[in-house]
Amino acid sequence: MTLSRRDTLFLGAGAALAAALPMPAMADAVADAISAFTGGADVAEGGVTIDAPEIAENGNTVPVGVSAEGAESIMVLATGNPTPAVATFTFGALAASQSGSTRIRLAKTQDVIAVAKMADGSFKQASATVKVTIGGCGG
Amino acid sequence: MISRRDFLQVGMAASALYGTSGFGNWARLAAQQALTQDQLLEFDTFGNVSLIHVTDIHAQLKPVYFREPSVNLGVGENKGVVPHITGADFRKLYGIEDGSPSHYALSSGDFAALAAQYGRVGGLDRVATVINSIRADRPDALLLDGGDTWHGSYTCLQTQGQDMVNVMNALKPDAMTFHWEFTLGSDRVNEIVEGLPFAALGQNIFDAEWDEPAELFPPYEFFERGGTKIAVIGQAFPYMPIANPGWMFPEYSFGIRDEHMAEMVEEVRSQGAEVVVVLSHNGFDVDKKMASVVPGIDVILSGHTHDALPEPVVVGDTIVVASGSHGKFVSRVDLDVRDGRMMGYRHKLIPIFSDVIAPDAEIAALIDEQRAPYEAEMSEVIGQTDTTLYRRGNFNGTWDDLICDALLSERDAQIAMSPGVRWGASMIPGQDITREDIFNVTSMTYPNAYRTEMTGEFIKVILEDVADNIFNPDPYYQQGGDMVRIGGMGYQIDINKPQGERISGMTLLSSGEPIDPAKNYTVAGWASVNEGTEGPPIWDVVESHIKKLGTVTAGDHDNVKVVVD
Repeated sequence: MTLSRRDTLFLGAGAALAAALPMPAMADAVADAISAFTGGADVAEGGVTIDAPEIAENGNTVPVGVSAEGAESIMVLATGNPTPAVATFTFGALAASQSGSTRIRLAKTQDVIAVAKMADGSFKQASATVKVTIGGCGG
Repeated sequence: MISRRDFLQVGMAASALYGTSGFGNWARLAAQQALTQDQLLEFDTFGNVSLIHVTDIHAQLKPVYFREPSVNLGVGENKGVVPHITGADFRKLYGIEDGSPSHYALSSGDFAALAAQYGRVGGLDRVATVINSIRADRPDALLLDGGDTWHGSYTCLQTQGQDMVNVMNALKPDAMTFHWEFTLGSDRVNEIVEGLPFAALGQNIFDAEWDEPAELFPPYEFFERGGTKIAVIGQAFPYMPIANPGWMFPEYSFGIRDEHMAEMVEEVRSQGAEVVVVLSHNGFDVDKKMASVVPGIDVILSGHTHDALPEPVVVGDTIVVASGSHGKFVSRVDLDVRDGRMMGYRHKLIPIFSDVIAPDAEIAALIDEQRAPYEAEMSEVIGQTDTTLYRRGNFNGTWDDLICDALLSERDAQIAMSPGVRWGASMIPGQDITREDIFNVTSMTYPNAYRTEMTGEFIKVILEDVADNIFNPDPYYQQGGDMVRIGGMGYQIDINKPQGERISGMTLLSSGEPIDPAKNYTVAGWASVNEGTEGPPIWDVVESHIKKLGTVTAGDHDNVKVVVD
């Protein structure tokens, strides 16, 4: 599984922000959700693509796409929402591609995390920062 | 003739790519204080393809004064590199002599004195002369408009962009992309675009409901020129519904969408494009980053942040060209495209000194025709100025100081807010301020000057939010404007801190007391992106204020303390 360019872009930001998640309670909820999904297994960075805007046009409905070639399922978490769990996409053996997209509500600027369970039982994840701004003044 | 700097540029470029800039040439001519049209236009035609780039004209049909910023700070990887170098440092970097026409055209410092000497800049009738001259050298040159064309003047507002459409169509562009155009509302934009005789491009203009590329705005267009196949990909301003009122064009979604850009580059290459040009309204730092992550782009013609650079910036194998704003410059980029790739380039940023370049008679007449119905009301003198009025600068400018003063006094507010837009012509001491001049810095379709109450805490949230749109170290999170201008309040900003920690020391100037987060303050402002904003149009507020003043004497406000290290 190769690391896509977008993953590389987001790894830096994700890693930096993961250490400073907004509230301990949410950090726990995110960690709990991930360990419930992975059963506590190690999660490798990369191999998952998140397609999300850098800045949300409307925080109430943010289009987010995820894909991970060879995944059995992909869980999406919004780390800054009161309830981080967003969706889990499950792919059958005959699925032509392992990708899904949805629209999510983001309460504020935060990381969206996608964790993929691969066919061989391993786990991969990626993270993307989506900024929610009050808007203002352009050039 | 190749200057020392040209060699530097060759060194920076990839081994197979060589380039020169005409800058060294006109800087020397300019230093001789004997500028002529022939010298400004002089160019050794090169290679087999010519690109002509204009951008961010902001509806300035006529020559204007335009002062470049003295404060334009970069952050992260862009700290201390162009375009974030200004004034004397900029001149030193490019070897520009103090007091030369290049000084006046490209950098701040001694603006009023040099403006009196060198006169106004721009004017689409002069731009037409330059375009015609390039087309005389290379008849199949591509003319590409980077957008922010149908916005920014009295006549443009009154005609909903029709004046600019009429004049630009006469210049016969080959393609265009967009930003402020969308603030005409999607119905009007759709109506104009459906009738445009050239390509309206935007690979990042999507249908908001289906999240699919919008049919009206194709991602790219092919051109067969100079025996080669050129793909021009459009990139509209990515943050339109955030920086501008999204409710005016709810059917459309934007974003940087660099993965889609990469797909488009692959698609045009697979269809035989030998050279890939991106016509962009991203802003310069965003374009530099995009050039570094999207492979296969040869040229980015960059707009939005209004930077004028005498040489392209080379990022990997991509050259990024910045062509200024308000009709002040035209960039000519000649390319040598052979064997399916760009082998070299020659570039010149042509300053449109309106007293040096002769107006094209046909376009001049067309411009006058657009203006004639409005001439009487536009030309009414409202007051005078005895100081330079300008907008550009990260934190303030004398025009916005004046607008904030107008909001404070006319709307009886404690604090005033003026948006950090980068458009707006300058004025020099001794000029009459006409109604047209006021519209040149206020014209827009959401002009209502609101008056409301905000808590101290909310005011800080606004400042922090806007500051992060400018000083986020990742260019992809920058929107390309400047800091919201504040009247009646002082503050300190540490640009290198993260969002939430940049702003401190907020002080109400009228009382000298610190802003209380829990207390309410009366705030007047304009250009709110919220639907249903009420209040008189800002130009009426400013006109009334100037009428009372008679003569404007604007000292630089010093209410913002900036920490950069």
